[in-house]
Amino acid sequence: MTEFFQSLGMTYEWAWFVATFAGILLIALPVMLAVAMVIYVDRKVWAAINLRRGPNVVGPFGLLQSFADALKVMLQETIIPSAANKGIFIIAPIVTFTVALAAWAVIPFSETAVLANINVGLLYILAISSLSVYGVVMAGWASNSKYPFFSAMRAAAQMISYEVSIGFILVCVVLWAGTFNLNDIVMAQKGHGFGIINGYFFNILLFPMWVVFFISSLAETQRVPFDLTEAESELVAGYQTEYSSMAFAMFWLGEYANILLMCMLNALLFFGGWLPPIDWAPLYYVPGIVWLLLKAFFFFFMFSWVMATVPRYRYDQLMRLGWKVFLPMSLIFVVVISGYLMATGHYGAAA
Amino acid sequence: MIQTLAFYLFAALVIASAVMVIMARNPVHSVLWLILAFFNAAGLMVLVGAEFIAALLVIVYVGAVAVLFLFVVMMLDIDFASLRAGFVKNFPLGIAIALVLAAELIFGIGAYQAGRIELGVASGAAAPILDASNTASIGAVLYRDYLFLFEAAGLILLVAMVGAIVLTHRQRPDGARGQQNITKQVRRNPNEATVMKQPTVGEGVEL
Repeated sequence: MTEFFQSLGMTYEWAWFVATFAGILLIALPVMLAVAMVIYVDRKVWAAINLRRGPNVVGPFGLLQSFADALKVMLQETIIPSAANKGIFIIAPIVTFTVALAAWAVIPFSETAVLANINVGLLYILAISSLSVYGVVMAGWASNSKYPFFSAMRAAAQMISYEVSIGFILVCVVLWAGTFNLNDIVMAQKGHGFGIINGYFFNILLFPMWVVFFISSLAETQRVPFDLTEAESELVAGYQTEYSSMAFAMFWLGEYANILLMCMLNALLFFGGWLPPIDWAPLYYVPGIVWLLLKAFFFFFMFSWVMATVPRYRYDQLMRLGWKVFLPMSLIFVVVISGYLMATGHYGAAA
Repeated sequence: MIQTLAFYLFAALVIASAVMVIMARNPVHSVLWLILAFFNAAGLMVLVGAEFIAALLVIVYVGAVAVLFLFVVMMLDIDFASLRAGFVKNFPLGIAIALVLAAELIFGIGAYQAGRIELGVASGAAAPILDASNTASIGAVLYRDYLFLFEAAGLILLVAMVGAIVLTHRQRPDGARGQQNITKQVRRNPNEATVMKQPTVGEGVEL
Protein backbone atom coordinates (compact mmCIF):
# COMPACT_ATOMS: atom_id res chain seq x y z
CA MET A 1 0.00 0.00 0.00
CA THR A 2 2.95 2.30 0.67
CA GLU A 3 3.81 2.26 -3.06
CA PHE A 4 0.29 3.36 -3.90
CA PHE A 5 0.46 6.40 -1.64
CA GLN A 6 3.96 7.16 -2.94
CA SER A 7 2.55 7.22 -6.47
CA LEU A 8 0.23 10.00 -5.27
CA GLY A 9 3.31 12.17 -4.79
CA MET A 10 4.05 11.66 -1.06
CA THR A 11 7.53 11.14 0.37
CA TYR A 12 8.27 7.59 1.49
CA GLU A 13 7.83 8.33 5.18
CA TRP A 14 4.49 10.05 4.80
CA ALA A 15 3.28 7.33 2.45
CA TRP A 16 4.33 4.71 5.02
CA PHE A 17 2.51 6.58 7.76
CA VAL A 18 -0.70 6.99 5.77
CA ALA A 19 -0.57 3.38 4.53
CA THR A 20 -0.09 1.99 8.04
CA PHE A 21 -2.89 4.14 9.36
CA ALA A 22 -5.19 2.96 6.57
CA GLY A 23 -4.14 -0.63 7.28
CA ILE A 24 -5.00 -0.26 10.97
CA LEU A 25 -8.43 1.09 10.10
CA LEU A 26 -8.94 -1.66 7.49
CA ILE A 27 -8.36 -4.27 10.21
CA ALA A 28 -9.86 -2.59 13.28
CA LEU A 29 -13.18 -1.54 11.78
CA PRO A 30 -14.08 -4.97 10.30
CA VAL A 31 -12.99 -6.57 13.59
CA MET A 32 -15.41 -4.34 15.50
CA LEU A 33 -18.17 -5.16 13.02
CA ALA A 34 -17.30 -8.86 13.33
CA VAL A 35 -17.50 -8.57 17.12
CA ALA A 36 -21.00 -7.14 16.87
CA MET A 37 -22.05 -9.97 14.56
CA VAL A 38 -20.45 -12.79 16.56
CA ILE A 39 -22.19 -11.61 19.73
CA TYR A 40 -25.41 -12.11 17.77
CA VAL A 41 -24.21 -15.53 16.53
CA ASP A 42 -23.20 -16.46 20.08
CA ARG A 43 -26.66 -15.68 21.43
CA LYS A 44 -28.36 -17.49 18.54
CA VAL A 45 -26.26 -20.62 19.11
CA TRP A 46 -27.00 -20.72 22.84
CA ALA A 47 -30.66 -20.13 22.09
CA ALA A 48 -30.74 -22.99 19.57
CA ILE A 49 -29.06 -25.35 22.04
CA ASN A 50 -31.46 -24.27 24.82
CA LEU A 51 -34.47 -24.65 22.46
CA ARG A 52 -35.17 -20.92 22.52
CA ARG A 53 -35.44 -18.43 19.67
CA GLY A 54 -32.76 -15.97 20.74
CA PRO A 55 -32.70 -12.37 19.49
CA ASN A 56 -35.29 -12.08 16.71
CA VAL A 57 -36.95 -8.67 17.05
CA VAL A 58 -34.50 -5.94 15.95
CA GLY A 59 -33.98 -6.10 12.18
CA PRO A 60 -34.39 -9.20 9.99
CA PHE A 61 -33.81 -12.34 12.13
CA GLY A 62 -32.69 -10.01 14.93
CA LEU A 63 -29.49 -9.25 13.03
CA LEU A 64 -29.33 -5.69 14.32
CA GLN A 65 -29.67 -6.70 17.99
CA SER A 66 -26.00 -5.97 18.80
CA PHE A 67 -26.23 -2.50 17.27
CA ALA A 68 -29.36 -1.77 19.28
CA ASP A 69 -27.48 -2.88 22.41
CA ALA A 70 -24.53 -0.66 21.51
CA LEU A 71 -26.81 2.33 21.01
CA LYS A 72 -28.52 1.69 24.33
CA VAL A 73 -25.19 1.46 26.14
CA MET A 74 -23.88 4.65 24.52
CA LEU A 75 -26.88 6.63 25.68
CA GLN A 76 -26.52 5.52 29.29
CA GLU A 77 -24.91 7.60 31.99
CA THR A 78 -21.31 6.78 32.95
CA ILE A 79 -21.16 6.24 36.69
CA ILE A 80 -17.83 6.43 38.48
CA PRO A 81 -18.08 5.23 42.09
CA SER A 82 -16.97 7.92 44.54
CA ALA A 83 -14.60 5.50 46.31
CA ALA A 84 -13.00 4.39 43.04
CA ASN A 85 -9.46 5.28 42.05
CA LYS A 86 -10.64 7.50 39.24
CA GLY A 87 -7.72 7.52 36.81
CA ILE A 88 -7.14 3.77 36.82
CA PHE A 89 -10.88 3.13 36.81
CA ILE A 90 -11.16 4.97 33.50
CA ILE A 91 -7.94 3.61 31.97
CA ALA A 92 -8.77 -0.06 32.66
CA PRO A 93 -11.43 -0.57 29.92
CA ILE A 94 -9.27 1.40 27.49
CA VAL A 95 -6.34 -0.95 28.18
CA THR A 96 -8.52 -4.03 27.65
CA PHE A 97 -9.89 -2.68 24.39
CA THR A 98 -6.59 -1.40 22.98
CA VAL A 99 -4.69 -4.57 23.81
CA ALA A 100 -7.41 -6.72 22.23
CA LEU A 101 -7.10 -4.75 18.98
CA ALA A 102 -3.28 -4.47 18.99
CA ALA A 103 -2.78 -8.21 18.62
CA TRP A 104 -4.55 -8.18 15.24
CA ALA A 105 -1.61 -6.33 13.66
CA VAL A 106 0.31 -9.54 12.91
CA ILE A 107 -2.56 -11.81 11.83
CA PRO A 108 -2.09 -12.78 8.16
CA PHE A 109 -5.47 -12.75 6.42
CA SER A 110 -3.92 -14.06 3.21
CA GLU A 111 -0.42 -14.44 1.85
CA THR A 112 0.00 -10.68 1.37
CA ALA A 113 -2.76 -9.13 3.51
CA VAL A 114 -0.91 -8.63 6.78
CA LEU A 115 -0.28 -5.30 8.44
CA ALA A 116 3.03 -6.17 10.13
CA ASN A 117 4.75 -9.23 8.67
CA ILE A 118 7.32 -9.41 11.47
CA ASN A 119 9.72 -12.24 12.24
CA VAL A 120 8.54 -12.65 15.82
CA GLY A 121 4.80 -12.56 15.04
CA LEU A 122 3.92 -15.39 17.39
CA LEU A 123 5.98 -13.91 20.24
CA TYR A 124 4.26 -10.58 19.65
CA ILE A 125 0.87 -12.25 20.05
CA LEU A 126 2.06 -13.98 23.22
CA ALA A 127 3.34 -10.65 24.57
CA ILE A 128 0.13 -8.80 23.78
CA SER A 129 -2.11 -11.51 25.17
CA SER A 130 -0.09 -11.48 28.40
CA LEU A 131 -0.95 -7.78 28.65
CA SER A 132 -4.68 -8.35 28.49
CA VAL A 133 -4.73 -9.36 32.16
CA TYR A 134 -3.90 -5.77 33.17
CA GLY A 135 -7.25 -4.39 32.07
CA VAL A 136 -9.03 -6.83 34.36
CA VAL A 137 -6.64 -6.41 37.31
CA MET A 138 -6.73 -2.61 37.11
CA ALA A 139 -10.51 -2.58 36.83
CA GLY A 140 -10.85 -4.88 39.84
CA TRP A 141 -8.49 -2.90 42.02
CA ALA A 142 -9.67 0.58 41.02
CA SER A 143 -13.33 -0.28 41.65
CA ASN A 144 -12.52 -0.42 45.37
CA SER A 145 -15.19 -3.03 45.92
CA LYS A 146 -14.74 -6.58 47.16
CA TYR A 147 -16.26 -8.64 44.34
CA PRO A 148 -14.37 -6.92 41.53
CA PHE A 149 -11.21 -7.33 43.60
CA PHE A 150 -11.73 -11.07 44.01
CA SER A 151 -12.32 -11.27 40.29
CA ALA A 152 -9.07 -9.42 39.57
CA MET A 153 -7.13 -11.83 41.80
CA ARG A 154 -8.64 -14.80 40.03
CA ALA A 155 -7.96 -13.32 36.60
CA ALA A 156 -4.30 -12.67 37.40
CA ALA A 157 -3.71 -16.21 38.67
CA GLN A 158 -5.69 -17.83 35.87
CA MET A 159 -4.04 -15.98 33.00
CA ILE A 160 -0.51 -16.63 34.28
CA SER A 161 -1.24 -20.33 34.78
CA TYR A 162 -2.61 -20.94 31.33
CA GLU A 163 -0.10 -18.74 29.54
CA VAL A 164 2.64 -21.16 30.61
CA SER A 165 1.09 -24.14 28.86
CA ILE A 166 0.10 -22.02 25.84
CA GLY A 167 3.74 -20.99 25.60
CA PHE A 168 4.90 -24.60 25.47
CA ILE A 169 2.25 -25.50 22.87
CA LEU A 170 3.43 -22.63 20.70
CA VAL A 171 7.00 -23.95 21.11
CA CYS A 172 5.82 -27.29 19.64
CA VAL A 173 4.35 -25.55 16.59
CA VAL A 174 7.41 -23.33 16.19
CA LEU A 175 9.71 -26.36 16.40
CA TRP A 176 7.85 -28.00 13.58
CA ALA A 177 7.55 -24.89 11.44
CA GLY A 178 11.05 -23.60 12.23
CA THR A 179 9.90 -19.95 12.39
CA PHE A 180 8.01 -17.43 14.53
CA ASN A 181 6.55 -15.68 11.49
CA LEU A 182 2.83 -16.48 11.25
CA ASN A 183 2.81 -16.41 7.45
CA ASP A 184 5.70 -18.89 7.30
CA ILE A 185 4.01 -21.10 9.89
CA VAL A 186 0.95 -21.24 7.64
CA MET A 187 3.12 -22.02 4.59
CA ALA A 188 4.91 -24.79 6.50
CA GLN A 189 1.57 -26.55 6.93
CA LYS A 190 1.04 -26.89 3.18
CA GLY A 191 0.50 -30.54 2.37
CA HIS A 192 1.52 -31.57 5.87
CA GLY A 193 -0.91 -34.48 6.24
CA PHE A 194 -0.12 -37.24 3.67
CA GLY A 195 1.01 -34.53 1.27
CA ILE A 196 -2.55 -33.41 0.57
CA ILE A 197 -4.03 -32.05 3.81
CA ASN A 198 -3.03 -28.51 4.77
CA GLY A 199 -2.73 -28.25 8.52
CA TYR A 200 -0.91 -29.49 11.58
CA PHE A 201 -4.00 -30.98 13.23
CA PHE A 202 -3.50 -34.13 11.17
CA ASN A 203 -0.11 -34.70 12.73
CA ILE A 204 -0.37 -37.38 15.42
CA LEU A 205 2.10 -35.52 17.67
CA LEU A 206 0.51 -32.11 17.25
CA PHE A 207 -3.15 -33.10 17.44
CA PRO A 208 -3.11 -33.56 21.26
CA MET A 209 -1.40 -30.18 21.49
CA TRP A 210 -4.24 -28.64 19.50
CA VAL A 211 -6.78 -30.07 21.97
CA VAL A 212 -4.80 -28.61 24.90
CA PHE A 213 -4.47 -25.32 23.01
CA PHE A 214 -8.19 -25.11 22.39
CA ILE A 215 -9.01 -25.69 26.06
CA SER A 216 -6.28 -23.26 27.14
CA SER A 217 -7.66 -20.64 24.79
CA LEU A 218 -11.04 -21.02 26.51
CA ALA A 219 -9.26 -20.37 29.82
CA GLU A 220 -7.19 -17.52 28.40
CA THR A 221 -10.26 -15.67 27.14
CA GLN A 222 -12.17 -16.49 30.34
CA ARG A 223 -14.99 -18.25 28.58
CA VAL A 224 -17.19 -20.95 30.08
CA PRO A 225 -16.22 -23.37 31.68
CA PHE A 226 -13.39 -21.15 32.97
CA ASP A 227 -15.26 -17.85 33.41
CA LEU A 228 -14.51 -17.66 37.11
CA THR A 229 -13.66 -13.97 36.85
CA GLU A 230 -17.30 -13.15 36.23
CA ALA A 231 -18.97 -16.07 37.96
CA GLU A 232 -22.36 -14.49 38.55
CA SER A 233 -23.32 -16.89 41.34
CA GLU A 234 -20.33 -15.82 43.46
CA LEU A 235 -19.06 -12.43 42.27
CA VAL A 236 -22.08 -10.52 40.90
CA ALA A 237 -20.45 -9.69 37.53
CA GLY A 238 -16.79 -9.86 38.55
CA TYR A 239 -14.52 -7.00 37.57
CA GLN A 240 -17.26 -5.30 35.53
CA THR A 241 -19.61 -4.91 38.49
CA GLU A 242 -18.99 -1.18 39.02
CA TYR A 243 -18.86 -0.29 35.34
CA SER A 244 -21.65 1.20 33.30
CA SER A 245 -22.25 2.66 29.87
CA MET A 246 -19.41 2.77 27.31
CA ALA A 247 -16.78 1.61 29.79
CA PHE A 248 -18.78 -1.59 30.25
CA ALA A 249 -19.21 -1.90 26.48
CA MET A 250 -15.47 -1.59 25.95
CA PHE A 251 -14.89 -4.59 28.21
CA TRP A 252 -17.37 -6.54 26.13
CA LEU A 253 -15.82 -5.51 22.84
CA GLY A 254 -12.33 -6.31 24.11
CA GLU A 255 -13.42 -9.68 25.41
CA TYR A 256 -15.02 -10.72 22.14
CA ALA A 257 -12.14 -9.34 20.07
CA ASN A 258 -9.86 -11.56 22.17
CA ILE A 259 -12.10 -14.56 21.58
CA LEU A 260 -12.03 -13.95 17.82
CA LEU A 261 -8.25 -13.63 17.99
CA MET A 262 -7.98 -17.00 19.71
CA CYS A 263 -10.24 -18.55 17.03
CA MET A 264 -7.94 -17.08 14.39
CA LEU A 265 -4.88 -18.49 16.16
CA ASN A 266 -6.46 -21.95 16.30
CA ALA A 267 -7.04 -21.71 12.55
CA LEU A 268 -3.59 -20.29 11.77
CA LEU A 269 -1.46 -22.56 13.90
CA PHE A 270 -3.15 -25.91 13.51
CA PHE A 271 -5.66 -25.77 10.66
CA GLY A 272 -3.65 -24.24 7.84
CA GLY A 273 -4.77 -20.60 8.16
CA TRP A 274 -5.59 -19.12 4.78
CA LEU A 275 -4.68 -22.31 2.90
CA PRO A 276 -7.62 -24.40 1.70
CA PRO A 277 -8.15 -27.55 3.79
CA ILE A 278 -6.90 -29.83 1.01
CA ASP A 279 -3.89 -29.15 -1.19
CA TRP A 280 -5.82 -29.35 -4.45
CA ALA A 281 -5.40 -26.76 -7.21
CA PRO A 282 -9.06 -25.68 -7.84
CA LEU A 283 -9.49 -24.84 -4.13
CA TYR A 284 -6.77 -22.19 -4.45
CA TYR A 285 -9.08 -20.11 -6.67
CA VAL A 286 -11.06 -19.27 -3.53
CA PRO A 287 -9.37 -16.27 -1.87
CA GLY A 288 -7.34 -17.18 1.23
CA ILE A 289 -9.26 -14.86 3.51
CA VAL A 290 -12.45 -16.83 2.85
CA TRP A 291 -10.83 -20.05 4.09
CA LEU A 292 -9.37 -18.30 7.14
CA LEU A 293 -12.69 -16.71 8.10
CA LEU A 294 -14.56 -19.99 7.60
CA LYS A 295 -12.12 -21.80 9.88
CA ALA A 296 -12.19 -19.05 12.50
CA PHE A 297 -15.97 -19.04 12.40
CA PHE A 298 -16.03 -22.79 12.94
CA PHE A 299 -13.90 -22.35 16.07
CA PHE A 300 -16.18 -19.57 17.27
CA PHE A 301 -19.08 -21.98 16.89
CA MET A 302 -17.15 -24.46 19.05
CA PHE A 303 -16.61 -21.73 21.69
CA SER A 304 -20.38 -21.08 21.80
CA TRP A 305 -21.11 -24.76 21.79
CA VAL A 306 -18.89 -25.28 24.85
CA MET A 307 -20.49 -22.29 26.55
CA ALA A 308 -23.99 -23.66 26.10
CA THR A 309 -23.21 -27.20 27.26
CA VAL A 310 -20.46 -27.27 29.92
CA PRO A 311 -20.91 -26.24 33.57
CA ARG A 312 -18.40 -23.93 35.25
CA TYR A 313 -15.24 -25.31 36.85
CA ARG A 314 -14.46 -24.89 40.53
CA TYR A 315 -11.45 -22.64 41.08
CA ASP A 316 -9.18 -25.36 42.49
CA GLN A 317 -10.12 -27.63 39.57
CA LEU A 318 -9.10 -24.88 37.17
CA MET A 319 -5.70 -24.51 38.82
CA ARG A 320 -5.20 -28.26 38.94
CA LEU A 321 -5.97 -28.60 35.24
CA GLY A 322 -3.56 -25.81 34.36
CA TRP A 323 -0.59 -26.75 36.51
CA LYS A 324 -0.91 -30.48 37.06
CA VAL A 325 -2.35 -31.70 33.75
CA PHE A 326 -1.63 -29.25 30.92
CA LEU A 327 1.80 -28.05 32.01
CA PRO A 328 3.43 -31.52 32.37
CA MET A 329 1.66 -32.72 29.23
CA SER A 330 2.83 -29.85 27.06
CA LEU A 331 6.32 -30.08 28.54
CA ILE A 332 6.51 -33.79 27.67
CA PHE A 333 5.28 -33.04 24.16
CA VAL A 334 7.97 -30.38 23.68
CA VAL A 335 10.59 -33.01 24.53
CA VAL A 336 8.94 -35.72 22.41
CA ILE A 337 8.45 -33.47 19.39
CA SER A 338 11.96 -32.03 19.47
CA GLY A 339 13.32 -35.56 19.92
CA TYR A 340 11.30 -36.81 16.96
CA LEU A 341 12.41 -33.91 14.80
CA MET A 342 16.06 -34.50 15.68
CA ALA A 343 15.79 -38.27 15.13
CA THR A 344 14.18 -37.89 11.72
CA GLY A 345 16.66 -35.22 10.67
CA HIS A 346 13.97 -32.58 10.19
CA TYR A 347 16.54 -29.81 10.51
CA GLY A 348 18.93 -31.49 8.07
CA ALA A 349 22.70 -31.53 8.46
CA ALA A 350 22.72 -28.26 10.40
CA ALA A 351 21.25 -29.95 13.48
CA MET B 1 12.33 10.98 10.89
CA ILE B 2 9.77 8.51 12.21
CA GLN B 3 12.54 6.56 13.96
CA THR B 4 13.84 9.72 15.62
CA LEU B 5 10.38 10.75 16.76
CA ALA B 6 9.68 7.25 18.03
CA PHE B 7 13.01 7.13 19.87
CA TYR B 8 12.39 10.41 21.69
CA LEU B 9 8.82 9.37 22.47
CA PHE B 10 9.88 6.02 23.98
CA ALA B 11 12.93 7.45 25.74
CA ALA B 12 11.02 10.33 27.27
CA LEU B 13 8.26 7.98 28.42
CA VAL B 14 10.78 5.54 29.96
CA ILE B 15 12.39 8.32 31.98
CA ALA B 16 9.12 9.98 32.91
CA SER B 17 7.51 6.74 34.06
CA ALA B 18 10.67 5.70 35.92
CA VAL B 19 10.54 9.00 37.81
CA MET B 20 6.85 8.42 38.52
CA VAL B 21 7.68 4.96 39.95
CA ILE B 22 9.46 6.59 42.87
CA MET B 23 7.30 9.71 43.00
CA ALA B 24 3.88 8.05 43.07
CA ARG B 25 2.23 8.08 46.49
CA ASN B 26 0.28 4.90 45.95
CA PRO B 27 2.38 1.69 45.58
CA VAL B 28 -0.09 0.24 43.06
CA HIS B 29 0.39 3.33 40.91
CA SER B 30 4.15 2.80 41.23
CA VAL B 31 3.87 -0.73 39.86
CA LEU B 32 1.69 0.47 36.98
CA TRP B 33 4.25 3.17 36.12
CA LEU B 34 6.95 0.51 36.28
CA ILE B 35 4.99 -1.55 33.76
CA LEU B 36 4.78 1.47 31.47
CA ALA B 37 8.56 1.89 31.80
CA PHE B 38 9.17 -1.79 30.86
CA PHE B 39 6.85 -1.45 27.92
CA ASN B 40 8.57 1.62 26.55
CA ALA B 41 11.96 -0.01 27.07
CA ALA B 42 10.67 -2.80 24.83
CA GLY B 43 9.79 -0.11 22.29
CA LEU B 44 13.41 1.10 22.38
CA MET B 45 14.59 -2.49 21.79
CA VAL B 46 12.38 -2.69 18.69
CA LEU B 47 13.94 0.53 17.41
CA VAL B 48 17.48 -0.91 17.55
CA GLY B 49 16.25 -4.00 15.67
CA ALA B 50 16.25 -6.44 18.59
CA GLU B 51 12.65 -7.55 18.21
CA PHE B 52 13.27 -10.87 19.95
CA ILE B 53 14.61 -9.17 23.10
CA ALA B 54 11.70 -6.73 22.98
CA ALA B 55 9.16 -9.55 22.83
CA LEU B 56 10.90 -11.37 25.69
CA LEU B 57 10.99 -8.18 27.76
CA VAL B 58 7.24 -7.79 27.41
CA ILE B 59 6.43 -11.49 27.91
CA VAL B 60 8.68 -12.06 30.92
CA TYR B 61 8.70 -8.72 32.74
CA VAL B 62 5.38 -7.17 31.83
CA GLY B 63 3.45 -10.41 31.37
CA ALA B 64 4.66 -12.39 34.36
CA VAL B 65 6.96 -10.61 36.82
CA ALA B 66 5.01 -7.35 36.97
CA VAL B 67 1.71 -9.22 37.30
CA LEU B 68 3.08 -10.92 40.41
CA PHE B 69 4.36 -7.56 41.72
CA LEU B 70 0.96 -6.03 41.19
CA PHE B 71 -0.69 -9.06 42.77
CA VAL B 72 1.38 -8.74 45.94
CA VAL B 73 1.23 -4.95 46.19
CA MET B 74 -2.53 -4.95 45.69
CA MET B 75 -2.96 -7.42 48.51
CA LEU B 76 -0.83 -5.43 50.96
CA ASP B 77 -2.56 -3.20 53.44
CA ILE B 78 -0.04 -0.37 53.59
CA ASP B 79 -0.09 2.43 56.12
CA PHE B 80 1.31 5.38 54.17
CA ALA B 81 2.00 7.54 57.22
CA SER B 82 4.34 5.01 58.85
CA LEU B 83 5.97 4.41 55.47
CA ARG B 84 6.82 8.08 55.12
CA ALA B 85 8.03 8.36 58.73
CA GLY B 86 11.16 6.35 57.87
CA PHE B 87 12.19 8.87 55.22
CA VAL B 88 14.22 11.17 57.51
CA LYS B 89 15.81 8.25 59.32
CA ASN B 90 17.01 6.60 56.09
CA PHE B 91 17.97 9.84 54.37
CA PRO B 92 21.78 9.53 54.99
CA LEU B 93 21.78 5.96 53.67
CA GLY B 94 19.86 7.09 50.59
CA ILE B 95 22.37 9.87 49.94
CA ALA B 96 25.26 7.39 50.29
CA ILE B 97 23.73 4.98 47.78
CA ALA B 98 22.98 7.83 45.38
CA LEU B 99 26.61 8.99 45.56
CA VAL B 100 27.92 5.48 44.91
CA LEU B 101 25.60 5.10 41.91
CA ALA B 102 26.60 8.48 40.53
CA ALA B 103 30.29 7.58 40.92
CA GLU B 104 29.71 4.28 39.12
CA LEU B 105 27.94 6.06 36.28
CA ILE B 106 30.79 8.54 35.88
CA PHE B 107 33.37 5.73 35.97
CA GLY B 108 31.32 3.73 33.50
CA ILE B 109 31.06 6.54 30.98
CA GLY B 110 34.75 7.36 31.46
CA ALA B 111 35.72 3.74 30.88
CA TYR B 112 33.48 3.55 27.82
CA GLN B 113 35.18 6.54 26.29
CA ALA B 114 38.63 5.17 27.06
CA GLY B 115 38.02 2.18 24.76
CA ARG B 116 36.93 -1.40 25.29
CA ILE B 117 38.51 -4.30 27.14
CA GLU B 118 39.73 -7.12 24.93
CA LEU B 119 37.75 -10.06 26.27
CA GLY B 120 38.96 -12.48 23.66
CA VAL B 121 36.71 -14.80 21.67
CA ALA B 122 34.88 -17.74 23.24
CA SER B 123 36.43 -21.03 22.18
CA GLY B 124 34.75 -22.51 19.17
CA ALA B 125 32.95 -19.25 18.43
CA ALA B 126 32.22 -18.86 14.77
CA ALA B 127 31.98 -15.64 12.82
CA PRO B 128 28.90 -13.56 13.69
CA ILE B 129 25.81 -14.48 11.74
CA LEU B 130 24.92 -11.47 9.69
CA ASP B 131 21.92 -12.20 7.53
CA ALA B 132 19.94 -14.46 9.88
CA SER B 133 16.98 -13.11 11.85
CA ASN B 134 18.02 -12.08 15.33
CA THR B 135 16.03 -14.93 16.90
CA ALA B 136 18.20 -17.36 14.93
CA SER B 137 21.40 -15.49 15.80
CA ILE B 138 20.66 -15.48 19.52
CA GLY B 139 19.79 -19.17 19.34
CA ALA B 140 23.03 -19.97 17.53
CA VAL B 141 25.19 -18.03 19.99
CA LEU B 142 23.36 -19.30 23.06
CA TYR B 143 23.17 -22.99 22.16
CA ARG B 144 26.45 -23.37 20.29
CA ASP B 145 29.01 -20.99 21.78
CA TYR B 146 27.68 -20.65 25.31
CA LEU B 147 25.87 -23.95 25.73
CA PHE B 148 27.62 -24.85 28.99
CA LEU B 149 26.94 -21.47 30.64
CA PHE B 150 23.35 -21.59 29.47
CA GLU B 151 22.78 -25.07 30.89
CA ALA B 152 24.50 -24.07 34.15
CA ALA B 153 22.19 -21.05 34.49
CA GLY B 154 19.21 -23.33 33.87
CA LEU B 155 20.43 -25.75 36.54
CA ILE B 156 20.88 -22.95 39.09
CA LEU B 157 17.35 -21.73 38.44
CA LEU B 158 16.03 -25.28 38.79
CA VAL B 159 17.78 -25.68 42.15
CA ALA B 160 16.37 -22.33 43.28
CA MET B 161 12.88 -23.42 42.30
CA VAL B 162 13.19 -26.79 44.05
CA GLY B 163 14.51 -24.97 47.13
CA ALA B 164 11.56 -22.58 47.20
CA ILE B 165 9.12 -25.46 46.88
CA VAL B 166 10.84 -27.49 49.62
CA LEU B 167 10.78 -24.49 51.97
CA THR B 168 7.09 -23.75 51.51
CA HIS B 169 5.63 -27.18 50.96
CA ARG B 170 4.06 -28.83 53.96
CA GLN B 171 2.68 -32.34 53.86
CA ARG B 172 -0.77 -32.44 55.34
CA PRO B 173 -1.88 -35.62 57.05
CA ASP B 174 -4.27 -37.84 55.13
CA GLY B 175 -7.89 -36.94 55.66
CA ALA B 176 -7.04 -33.41 56.80
CA ARG B 177 -9.68 -30.78 56.27
CA GLY B 178 -9.61 -29.37 52.77
CA GLN B 179 -7.61 -32.21 51.31
CA GLN B 180 -9.04 -33.53 48.08
CA ASN B 181 -8.65 -36.78 46.28
CA ILE B 182 -9.40 -35.89 42.67
CA THR B 183 -9.64 -39.45 41.35
CA LYS B 184 -12.08 -40.26 44.14
CA GLN B 185 -14.17 -37.23 43.24
CA VAL B 186 -14.17 -38.17 39.57
CA ARG B 187 -15.06 -41.82 40.30
CA ARG B 188 -18.18 -40.90 42.30
CA ASN B 189 -21.41 -41.92 40.60
CA PRO B 190 -25.07 -41.20 41.37
CA ASN B 191 -25.74 -44.73 42.63
CA GLU B 192 -23.39 -44.49 45.60
CA ALA B 193 -23.80 -40.76 46.21
CA THR B 194 -27.61 -40.58 46.40
CA VAL B 195 -30.32 -42.75 47.82
CA MET B 196 -34.06 -42.75 47.16
CA LYS B 197 -36.38 -42.84 50.19
CA GLN B 198 -40.16 -43.07 50.22
CA PRO B 199 -41.15 -41.54 53.60
CA THR B 200 -44.67 -42.22 54.81
CA VAL B 201 -46.78 -39.53 56.45
CA GLY B 202 -45.99 -38.88 60.12
CA GLU B 203 -42.71 -40.80 60.13
CA GLY B 204 -39.20 -39.50 59.79
CA VAL B 205 -36.52 -40.86 57.53
CA GLU B 206 -33.66 -42.94 58.85
CA LEU B 207 -30.41 -42.18 57.11
